[in-house]
Amino acid sequence: MEEIIHQELESQEYFINMGPQHPSTHGVLRLVLSLDGEIIRKVEPHIGFIHRSIEKMCEHDSYQQIVHLTDRMDYLSCHINNEAVCLAVEMGLQLEVPDRVKVIRTIIGELTRLSSHQLWWGVMGMDLGAITSFLYGFRDREMITDIFEETCGARLTMNYNVPGGLMFDIHPNFQRRTKEFITHFKKKLPEYDALLTNNVIFRERTVGIGILSKEDAISYGVTGPAARASGFSCDVREHHPYSYYPKVQFKEVLRTEGDCFARYQCRIDEMWESLSIIEQLIDNIPEGPYKAPTKAVIKLPKGEFYQRVETARGEFGVYIISEGQKNPYRLKFRSPGFSNLSALDHMARGSKIADLVAIMSTLDLVIPDIDR
Amino acid sequence: MRSIVNYFKDIIFGLNSLVTGLKVTGHYFTNPKEIITQQYPENRDTLQMFERFRGEVVLLHNENNEHRCTGCSACEIACPNGTIEIINKKVDIDGRKVKALDTFVYHLQMCTMCGLCIPACPTDAIKMANTFEHAVFDRSQLTKVLNRPGSKLMDGVK
Amino acid sequence: MKALYDFSILTQSIHMWLSDRYTPAAVTIIEMVLVGVAFMILFAILGLVLVYAERKVSAVIQQRMGPTRVGKWGTAQTLADVIKLVLKEPIINKEADKFLFNLAPFIIMIAAFMAIAALPFAKGLQALDFDIGILYVIAVSSLGVIGILLAGWSSNNKYSLIGAMRSGAQIISYELSVALSLLTIVVLTGSLQLSTIIESQADGWWIFKGHIPAWIAFLIFLIASTAETNRGPFDLAEAESELTAGFHTEYSGLKFAFFFLAEFANMFIVCAIGATVFLGGWMPFHIGHWEGFNAVMDFIPPIIWFLVKVSFMIFLMMWFRWTFPRLRIDQLLTLEWKYLLPINLFNILLMALVALMGWHF
Repeated sequence: MEEIIHQELESQEYFINMGPQHPSTHGVLRLVLSLDGEIIRKVEPHIGFIHRSIEKMCEHDSYQQIVHLTDRMDYLSCHINNEAVCLAVEMGLQLEVPDRVKVIRTIIGELTRLSSHQLWWGVMGMDLGAITSFLYGFRDREMITDIFEETCGARLTMNYNVPGGLMFDIHPNFQRRTKEFITHFKKKLPEYDALLTNNVIFRERTVGIGILSKEDAISYGVTGPAARASGFSCDVREHHPYSYYPKVQFKEVLRTEGDCFARYQCRIDEMWESLSIIEQLIDNIPEGPYKAPTKAVIKLPKGEFYQRVETARGEFGVYIISEGQKNPYRLKFRSPGFSNLSALDHMARGSKIADLVAIMSTLDLVIPDIDR
Repeated sequence: MRSIVNYFKDIIFGLNSLVTGLKVTGHYFTNPKEIITQQYPENRDTLQMFERFRGEVVLLHNENNEHRCTGCSACEIACPNGTIEIINKKVDIDGRKVKALDTFVYHLQMCTMCGLCIPACPTDAIKMANTFEHAVFDRSQLTKVLNRPGSKLMDGVK
Repeated sequence: MKALYDFSILTQSIHMWLSDRYTPAAVTIIEMVLVGVAFMILFAILGLVLVYAERKVSAVIQQRMGPTRVGKWGTAQTLADVIKLVLKEPIINKEADKFLFNLAPFIIMIAAFMAIAALPFAKGLQALDFDIGILYVIAVSSLGVIGILLAGWSSNNKYSLIGAMRSGAQIISYELSVALSLLTIVVLTGSLQLSTIIESQADGWWIFKGHIPAWIAFLIFLIASTAETNRGPFDLAEAESELTAGFHTEYSGLKFAFFFLAEFANMFIVCAIGATVFLGGWMPFHIGHWEGFNAVMDFIPPIIWFLVKVSFMIFLMMWFRWTFPRLRIDQLLTLEWKYLLPINLFNILLMALVALMGWHF
């Protein structure tokens, strides 16, 4: 009997275009949803709306000029992207940068990670309908952008790294402001928990939603907090340390549940870890030059160079093929957002439209990072 | 029995968590002094940008209308976007033809404010200014000539 | 009750004055027009005040300033918004069902108008005092869902349709809780007439006199009425981050303004019902036998009491909206059918026991 009813009531699938202009795709991502009522049968991401051919542009830019293009990819972890290019070029030049540079790069990198996670937290709340969290996230992020503006000269696209070091030395106020921010943010982080993490509605919306197993995370190439929430230990800072990370005490945040709430918790815990990394370093910035001497025209030796770093979203890789010229023969970026997006269909099948929004915001997609 | 206890536990836990959230927003509602909004156009006079803020490229002139640009085109080469165009002229100094700056063209509409031109300049002639109100009604106004009319090279700069 | 501030004297005198001059049929028509105009003005004022209040409350909660530019402290901001909405082009989707598309906003507004007619604003200031006032208000306020369903269906937009279907499921479920939580108090009053319910609270509001079951009923009423007005954590029909704007995605200009106004009018109506049933309507706050204190309280006009109570309830709803994340549709229905409804039924039994044993004050 039940079967007959089921057959009689069998509904037809229909399609919805979510995006390119949609409040929760955070940019111009187009998702073609195949729906049965409210239940998602298939998600097909269409990308490329803001493809700017950055990789091709890099081929006729000098190595110093490439750095500022990476600001425009994952704009929320731009300093870390810059660092990746600089590290790759320094690897090619076999250049040893001063300790001061490494420490400053690490501090600003962690500040970037914090600011990215703060924005993500606010946007995550907004996607789930709690608009207030968006403004609280931005309020705390404002302090970090002020630090960036004072030291690096810009709030978002900082372009503070150059191959061999930094563009200029840190501002005299840098340490004071960073310490102020740490004390401020340590008071505000528990507020984040009170507002969202412990909220019963928020838990209902995230616990057990969009489960990604460890095996799937590995096979889809998911990295960053999204993979670590599934128990896949993939922190580049831990496994292939760069800059000053080998000498800093921190622990990789790992969770095993693999659902939206685990990914959320991973990022919240990473904020605490970042705060502790900055606290270890901020009083111990060694004296020294802020830049290793390099030639005005940098020519990499013939060969291939690959450098990976951990951005706020996952593993970011720079692959340079050099022919010995002043610009690379070919340059490839491995962006975390692109591979994280590929797991979206797998995670979202069988859940509802509202869950898709939650899954997308816990993947923390930045569309220019996907399209490049 | 246990499920009934859990049922009520859930309700109490849920209500408690909701009240905690309400407390946070309630705190800010009752403390409007913590508002951090800047009243931008009104505070224009007092607004102080950070000194390193990169707003646009300017060519520095002193009070005698002299600049330090020799027209070497190092900034033009360093610029990734073709923002800067240096047009040179030949001038007679002591009977010798010497290259000198004629027009320093700056296309603000193409500038990404990366700041690569500043360290590239050998004579510290250019600088990033703090201005940020760049909106104009016509795109052609964004193409600027940075050297002032009648300005000349500062003595002793090579 | 003292004769201080009795509006029935005023309304009676208007009635007498009209009756002296016109036939009874004409008097009825003139009075209907007068009341209609009065409610239209009230709606306009409500829209202006509540939109401004919502923007300011949300701004302060989010550590912003809210509107500050238009007028002193931005008070004329809503007026500017209205002008903008009136001047906007009314765009109709090419494939839309034009008749239903144009009809939907009016149905929502009519439902709100019908509901507000039965509200007692002060003693004697009530357009229609039915014997079954509460039943009437509950029945009429749920008519609005027809407008939402029509809007969603006729827009020929899948987002609108999903939003409308969600709204239908939501309002049909949560009506039960609203009605049952109000019935809990009706057990005590023994009357469905709104004016009688208010008179019965002259010696204390039901939320105090009914103690524990009344508190539970009040809480459930708050949750369910928030859901019934499509607000706060229950705004699934609009669900900005999922469905762009839900059922009114395709609306623009004045028709959108109607939806917008109806949302705030509905909020006012449910808060007014809550204030009437639980918080004593226009009854002043009295404490036992403190005669001096009670006399001072009586001196404050009842309409002020009513508005203060309603604004308190409205503030609670705004506070909810700007704090909580949104529920998912199945969780929304779970909350109603698995939690609110059983608790509510049990609560009515408890209240009946309290009323029978005379345990209330």
